[in-house]
This record gives sequence, C-alpha cells and structure tokens, in this order.
Amino acid sequence: MLRCEAPVFRPRTLDEAFAMRAAMPDATVLAGGTDVMVYLEGGVLKPTRIIDLWGCPGMRELRFTTGGQVYGAGLTCTDVLRAMHSHPLLRDAAATVGATQIQNRATLGGNICNSSPAGDTLPVWLALRAEFELGCVRGFRRVPASGFWRGYKKIDMQPDELLVAIRVPALAGHMHFRKVGTRMAQSISKVVFAGRYSVGKEACLAFGAVGPTPMRCTAAEAALVSGASINEVVSLVEQEVLPIDDIRSTALYRRKVAGRIVRRWLDNLPRA
Amino acid sequence: MVIGTSPPRRDGMDKLTGRSLYSDDLRPDGVWYGATVRSTRAHARLRSVRRSEDFDWSNVVFVTAADIPGLNVVSLMTDDQPVLADGLVRHVTEPIALVAAPTRELALEAVRHVLVEYEDLPALFDPLVAEGHGVRIFGEDNVYKRIHIEHGTRTNTTAHLIRGRYTTGLQEQLYIEPQSMIAELRPDGGITLTGSMQCPYYIDRAVKRMLGHDRVNVAQAVTGGGFGGKEEYPSILACHASLLALAAGRPVKITYRRDEDLRATTKRHPAIIDLATLVSSDGRLLELHGRIWMDGGAYHTLSTVVLSRAILHVQGPYRCPYVDLEGTVVATNTPPNGAFRGFGAPQAQWAMERHMDRIARHVGMDPLALRRLNLVVDGDVTATGQTLRNPGGFAVLEAAERAATAPVKRKHVRPGVVGAEMREGRGVALAWHGCGFTGNGEAKIRGTVGLELRGNQVAVLSSSTDIGQGTETIFPMIVADTLGIPMSRVFNTAHDTGFVPDSGPTVASRTAMVVGGTCEKAAQRLLRALREAHGEGDFDTLAARAAAAGTPMRVNETYEVDASVQWNPDTYQGDAYPCYGWSCVIVDLRVDVDTGEIIYDRVVTATDVGKALSPVLAAGQIEGGTLQALGWATQEEVVLDAQGCMRNDRLTNYIIPTALDGPEMVTELVEIPYEGGPFGAKGIGEIPMDAPAAAVAQAIEAACGAVLDSLPMTPERVFAAMEAR
Repeated sequence: MLRCEAPVFRPRTLDEAFAMRAAMPDATVLAGGTDVMVYLEGGVLKPTRIIDLWGCPGMRELRFTTGGQVYGAGLTCTDVLRAMHSHPLLRDAAATVGATQIQNRATLGGNICNSSPAGDTLPVWLALRAEFELGCVRGFRRVPASGFWRGYKKIDMQPDELLVAIRVPALAGHMHFRKVGTRMAQSISKVVFAGRYSVGKEACLAFGAVGPTPMRCTAAEAALVSGASINEVVSLVEQEVLPIDDIRSTALYRRKVAGRIVRRWLDNLPRA
Repeated sequence: MVIGTSPPRRDGMDKLTGRSLYSDDLRPDGVWYGATVRSTRAHARLRSVRRSEDFDWSNVVFVTAADIPGLNVVSLMTDDQPVLADGLVRHVTEPIALVAAPTRELALEAVRHVLVEYEDLPALFDPLVAEGHGVRIFGEDNVYKRIHIEHGTRTNTTAHLIRGRYTTGLQEQLYIEPQSMIAELRPDGGITLTGSMQCPYYIDRAVKRMLGHDRVNVAQAVTGGGFGGKEEYPSILACHASLLALAAGRPVKITYRRDEDLRATTKRHPAIIDLATLVSSDGRLLELHGRIWMDGGAYHTLSTVVLSRAILHVQGPYRCPYVDLEGTVVATNTPPNGAFRGFGAPQAQWAMERHMDRIARHVGMDPLALRRLNLVVDGDVTATGQTLRNPGGFAVLEAAERAATAPVKRKHVRPGVVGAEMREGRGVALAWHGCGFTGNGEAKIRGTVGLELRGNQVAVLSSSTDIGQGTETIFPMIVADTLGIPMSRVFNTAHDTGFVPDSGPTVASRTAMVVGGTCEKAAQRLLRALREAHGEGDFDTLAARAAAAGTPMRVNETYEVDASVQWNPDTYQGDAYPCYGWSCVIVDLRVDVDTGEIIYDRVVTATDVGKALSPVLAAGQIEGGTLQALGWATQEEVVLDAQGCMRNDRLTNYIIPTALDGPEMVTELVEIPYEGGPFGAKGIGEIPMDAPAAAVAQAIEAACGAVLDSLPMTPERVFAAMEAR
C-alpha cells in the first residue's frame, strides 16, 4: 500500500554523506525511518530524494573521552539498551520509546532532528548538558542542546549539515527520568521529564510535550539550587511549562502532572 | 470425543505463517480500486456534486446516487440510510459519490477532484438535545425507538432513595483488518462479492435490493476480526463496490485505510443512564427506576435492538421486586453507531454496577456484601417476568473469589516510578448476559445448516463465519462427535450465499450455541437419513454403502425454538432470552496518584459458559474480550471535532491496550449446562465485555478514593476525580 518512488542514496562514508547532503539540500534524510515511514504512509511527506544514513559507517559507536561520552547519531535505542556503559538516564528514555521493533530502528540522531516536542529522549540531552556535533563539507561545529530547538520543529541546522554525534560531559548528581503516556508501549508522551540535581550547585529540570520545544524550567532550577522549598519549585515548574490542549491530553493535566513528577522526585531524594 | 478438548484451530497455522489471504490480498485479473467521496459536513443540503475540470477523468469511473439501478437504501431494519447521499447529508463522512481507477493512488487523487457544494443546516450532536428537537434527522422527533418496561409490585416500606447518572462514550471495534470488499461481474450479469464480513446474508439482501435483481452471491474472505463492526457495515462497501464494478465493467476492490475506517464506520453507542433505587436499610433492592438514552447517530442501523438489549440488562444479575425502565435511542448528526460486542448490555451494566457501589457507600455496606444480598437465585423473576432457573451468579462469584486468593504478582512498572505514588486497589463486579437473539428473534430467523456427505467426509454448510472466534473449528468438532467420527473428516465449506443456507447472522453470542446446536441436530438427521436409506450400522459402514450406491446425501436442519419460550414484543414481557451466561470479574490494579495512570496487575474472571466446547478457544474469547473491556474502561476515547468527525483517527492516538498493558489473566470456566445448546454450551462471545469496567472503577475507588461514573476513565479523568475528592 505504501508507495514511494523517490530515489534513495546510501553513502558509504561520512564524507560521502556530507557531499550528498551538500549536493541535495532538498533530500529527506532517513536514519532509522521510524518517523519518515509514518509521514510517508500518512501522505504528509512527499520526498523528492532520500539520503539513507542507516548503515553509514562511523555513526553507530559509543566512545569515551576524557570528561565524557560521545554517542554516534546513528545509535539505536536498542544499541543504547545493550551497551554496557550507556548513561542510565538515556537508558531509561530509550526503554520507553515505542516498543521493541521501533527501538531496533529508532536512532538518537533521528529523534533529535525530527524535533518533535514530545520526543522521548530529548529532555535527557537538556538534563545532561549535551552538545550536538554537526558536520558538513565545510567542517564541524558544536551546538549545545539548550540552543538547538529554536521553535516548533525549528532546529539550528543548515541545509547541508548532518548530525554526527552527541557529546555528553561526565556529571555528578541525582538523576531522574519519567515518561507519562496512556499505555505501557507504543505511546507518545503526554509529559516527559529528565532531571539532574547536584545539591546546592546545579539543577536541570527538563521537559518534553509541555511546549513547542523540549524545554527547561530555569526559574525553578534556580530556586532549587538556592534552597527554595519543594512547594516553591513545583509552583514555578507549573508556571513555566507551556502545555496546550490537543487530542492526546489537556493543558491542565500536563501542567499539574509536570509539577507532580518533580515533587515526587525531590520528595524521595535522600536528605543531605 | 473431541468436545471438551482443544484441538488446534483450523485456521491457526495459515494465519500464523501469513498464508491466509485476506480480502485486500486478493487481486482478481483487471481489478480496479474504489474510493469514496465523503461529506465534510454534519448536516447539509448538497447544492452540487461535480468533477473538477482540471483533472484527467479518462481512466476513472465516477458514480453517484443517480447510477443506482434499484433502491438507494442500505437494507437492514429500516430503509432510512442511502447507499449514496441523495441531496442531503446527515453526518460527516457520509458517502456522496464513488470513484474507481486502475491504482489506489489515482482513485484517491480523483476523490480530491470531486467538488461538493454544501448548504449547511443546523446540526445536533447531543442526544438529550436532539430528542424532540425541531431540526429533523429521523421521523417526527428524532427518536428511533422508545421502550418501556414496568414489572412487579411497588414497595410500601420506608427506604433509602439513591440516584445516580452514569455515562459511557464511543468505542471503536478496531478489528485488525480494516473494512474491505471486492465486487466481480458474473457471466450472467450478476455480481459476486468477496470480502471481510460477519453476515454474508445481510450483504446478499442489501445488494440485491439495491441492484433490483437476485443475481448476487456473497462469499466471506478470511476476516481479521469483527466485534460487531463487520455485522452491518460491510453492506455499504458491498453496495459501493457493486456500483463501481458495473460502471467500470471489471472487478473493483474497496479497502479502507485505517484513518478512513476510524472516521467513517460504526462505533459503540454512547449512553446516558439515570438510575434511582429504593433500598431497605439492610441493603435490599426494593425498586429500580431507570432512564436510558443512547446516541444512535444519523441512521438507524441496529440501534433499536441495541437499546432493547440495554434495557433488558440494566437490572444486572440482581433481584428487584419492582422495576420501571424506559429507554430512548435518539438520532444525532454523527456517524451512525452500530453493533459492538455486548450490544448495549455493557453500557447498561456499567451503570448498574456503579450504582450498586453508590448504594453500598450510601447504606454503609461492603460492595460485595451488597451484591451477595441481592444476587438472583433459582426462581427469581426478571423485569420481563421471566423466571430464572439455576442462575449462575453465586457459582461464578465463588469461583472468582477462590482464584483471587492467590497472591497478586505486581507487574514491572516504568522507569522513574518511585513507588510511593502507586496505590493498590481491588474491585469486584458481576454481570449476566442473555445468549442468542432477544425474544422471538430465533423464531423469525429460522437459521439453517446443511450437511453433505462427500465420500467418507462430511461438509458443513452454514453462513456462520469465522471472525477469529473459532467457527471453522467448533462446528466440525460438534458434527464429528455427534456422528462418532474423527474431526479430521469434517470441514466447513466456504461461506458463500451461492450454496450455503442462511444460518442467521454471526452475532449475539449465538454461533456456537444456536447454529452449533443446529449442527448437532443436522448430524443426527444425517445419521437417521443414512439408516433409512442404507440400513443399520455405524457411520463408516453407512457412508461406504451410500458411496457405493452413488446417491448424493444432503440434509438441512432448521433451528426450532423451544415451544415453552414465550415472548411478547409489544409488552416486553416473557422469556427475553433462552438462557443467560454469568460472570464475575475481580481486578487488581494500581493507580499512580501523581498521574492518574492505571497499571493492571491481575484480572480474575469466572464465566459460566455452559460447556467449554474447546477450553482454549473459550478462554481466548474471554481473555480477548476482557482486554477490550479494559480498553473501554480506561484508554479508548473518541475525540470529535465541531462537525462530529473523529480527530484521533490513527492507532497512535486512538489508544487501545497493548500486550504490555494486559494484566495476568486468570480465567475460570464454570459449566452450568444449557439443555438447548450443543453439549450444554452457552454463548460466550460478548459476556466478557460486561463486567470489567465496573470492577476497574471500584478498584480505582478502593485505591485512591476517586469516584468515577463516566467512561472512559482516562488518566485525565482519574486525576480530576482525585483532585475533586
């Protein structure tokens, strides 16, 4: 039933991928295809050409550097779950994406570049202060996750660029991930949260599905670090999130649940 | 004896290995693809329907109401629904015109180039508003039917008056295989229809009346689930495909995409149910007053029968000396609602079970103790004056309680759940379900089964389709045991109205019980006929003699209604059903008090099935139905836009349970035989839909104190109910 006549280009090296991207800025980039295939079936995407990065060498590795980890953009959720040393926060997120079949194909880079506000892994990158490494024939540059999603489905990426890797610094602190959907699998987030907190030093409260982009609640973070009460932090979270009513849920529910998740996490932290 | 064992299902291996050919897998030579031009308005006059000039129509056929040779009616109960809109649309997605083309893509492109001009009319969406409203959708007052039942003696003792309103929403059947139908021209100028369906003879009649001649036969293709959604709706696809095949002069196939199927096809009737009871201070029901409103949508379909079943079940399995019930099914400008597993009974019993919990709260009794006190026993009389013989309420309650004493294994939950937010709760609910058609339905239908001797094998000819429930396996089991031969020598023929008799529709938990019972009698008749023609001996001896004689041997058997069953359709008094199934459900769940999410840990069901012909198939029906009921309870919500069109028309946003949402299921089969069923079997297809939602609501209440009287109990609603405590 699904028909797509667009020619598909499969680069054999990263340099070839950059060259293809530069030559075909109109092309649809396919990583695992778990979003592209849905768009094709729904008739909302009519690609002229497809650059298929699945199997492109050099993009599916987890590397360790001094001071952190580097995730290839082509790593799948299943790769993350199987790797010995993948970040616990990312593991929790990867485990809640779709179901096994989706996890086998869905890539970290695809989730980032598709830039759905409800993308399950996206708050994790905010919480971990990740940097996205973008490459093209002109060279490489790094963009912090906090500046990457510019607006609803708008990202800081040039037409000739590809996301190559995600750099995560080694960070200490309490971490927490929580996804709220309607069912246990094949569920799109109504609220998704990733948090990191080093008592008295640094806090990151990152949400998805409660605004046009994945977002941090910076006022609540500042209050938390400065020792404000949990009630104050939760109240700021409820004020900062920007949820809407849609066919999946209501703004009111999302706002309150965002607060409840933060409250439950902070309530259960061991007292310093 | 094969009855009571669980041989592999006949269609199992082909389905498991992907060899089964469903309607959309079939590609007759030269087949074209049909598509439907649908209304975007809830209620409007059609000013014009024309083809855009900026599109190449040379390779596309186009059909409107003007091309219908016979009646422009989808024949079912009342001739109110047109095959194609003729001047007026009464609901969004109503078919206006049809196209067919050599490819699906071209057909869909052509649909976009059909220009429809509307003159909008005021539209009604709320059944309480539509009843008697000046805007006419159906008849004088938009009422499809009103039913009133009064029975018994009013109380003269002082009592508690307890009132409540209970509501339920739309639910989609969500068969795995979307609607699909193929029409092919026959050499005699007639039409053969092959497709996904429950009731070949419904389609047979509908297409014949629309064409104005009888040269029609209808054959079922392998069907990927029905749940009522393929009871009456496929007649529409069949009429459409027939018109397109005639226009194109070649075979035409129509297969709905999932989104189109969700937007256009029937759903479960939403209901608003007001109950008021008088209850003695020790908890005995004295009077039950009920008012039911159901939303039928823009056309009648089967709404009056759905209402009938709702009213006949609203009392639940409880004794009440006086009942006064009124039900109304109303027309609105929404897509027509239709058959769905349970057929009104789940809505009604959701209301009564919630009301029992309200009574328990009011009089300060344990909900289960209240149910025990009022549960029907032998000799109790129903709202229709039917005396119950050996009802199974206590048997299923005890079986469920016994099974539920085992400790609950809690399911693994999502990452990030701390633990303290999860609150455990248990809920218990009971239900009854009338098996087979209501009242004199079977007497009217006179379902027939044929058996044909073919060598030493026996062919079963019936129009009872297998839609996943196991007809292809159960009928041969029944016939084989009756004849005393191995099951491997008995098989169902194709379900093609060209050569099978009308056994009645595949609905109402009647296939195994009624048609299966007719199979048993047919087998006995075959043996008698063989003995008359070929003397004494066992089946093999007689079959060999018949083969040697070369005389064909075929018998027909028609279902005979027990003469003691009396029913008055005007007063709604008498024996509403030949027998009842009984069920008890005990749900163990956890509520996440931060989010209102529900984790189902275990569901124990105990169901009186009369006789488990195949225990595995019986348990499969019950477990599948239970999961479907859990979806109705907490997940499935149809979101409509301002025109009454389903907005969440994708499987990603119309949420049904996945395997991971399913609880551990403990399925107890209780056997209280029904002497009118084959080997004692009762109908079991629908009863699993009745009790789970109410058990879930009670469990939620036990877990976190939230009281919910509306379905679905989505996390948003559970959350709001917790806030409202």
